[in-house]
Amino acid sequence: MGNGTSIGRVRGLGSSHSGTHHFLASRLTAVGNLVLIPWLMVSLALLPAWDYATVRGWMAQPLAATAMVLIFINTVWHARLGVQVMLEDYVHEAPGKLLAWLLVNFVPAAAAVFGIVSIIRIALGGA
Amino acid sequence: MAQAHGNRPISPHLQIWRWGPAMAVSILHRITGNGLAFAGLGLLLWWVGAIAAGESSYQTFVTWVWAGNGPALSFWTAILGKVVLVGLTWAFFQHLATGLRHFVLDIGAGYELHANARWSVLTVVFSLAATTLFWVFVHTAR
Repeated sequence: MGNGTSIGRVRGLGSSHSGTHHFLASRLTAVGNLVLIPWLMVSLALLPAWDYATVRGWMAQPLAATAMVLIFINTVWHARLGVQVMLEDYVHEAPGKLLAWLLVNFVPAAAAVFGIVSIIRIALGGA
Repeated sequence: MAQAHGNRPISPHLQIWRWGPAMAVSILHRITGNGLAFAGLGLLLWWVGAIAAGESSYQTFVTWVWAGNGPALSFWTAILGKVVLVGLTWAFFQHLATGLRHFVLDIGAGYELHANARWSVLTVVFSLAATTLFWVFVHTAR
């Protein structure tokens, strides 16, 4: 620790005051997953076939497309919160911690946007 | 009051705990959750992206992950793909059950030793049964 006042040395080392929001968001998105993922699994199991035309035709329907977009928001957010907790528990040293913080913010955002763009493209009948 | 040392452990790590149902499903919750996050969402993105990209991309996905009817190597990756997909459904059901267990613990219930151990074991029983039933359902639903 460097010089500076007593308060200056400890600032930023305490609670971030956002832990409760993280905790509640994790539970809230868990409830969302409880609906969305069984829906996806049962829907896929009930498809008459798994060829390209059938799967794409099913996914292009408004209800299926909506639920898929919700998965890419809700489930990716839930995963991002959980992976963050894992990283905070296991990555303590400065360079790795910074890299982990960058990746745990950028990768889920990129993943969600890629998934949503794909669903929009399927739903609106491109390519 | 005990003296604080600079190198005190941050939290008890996995090897500190005596193995038992509660700690086993606790670490299983983390393992299945991270497995679903990386392998599960990774495969889901590949699948959806392949559907969006067109029929040949979708065929590539199916060949390498499920059918194994492409290059020789795809025979092996398709076996791996099936193992991963069955594993992911098990991981989902296990994470779901231990997640519900955490909801109960969150409201302050279920901490009695025997009840805690019993419900911990039941999450594993549930996940194995649900995985079996799901894949039987997949093969009989059509």
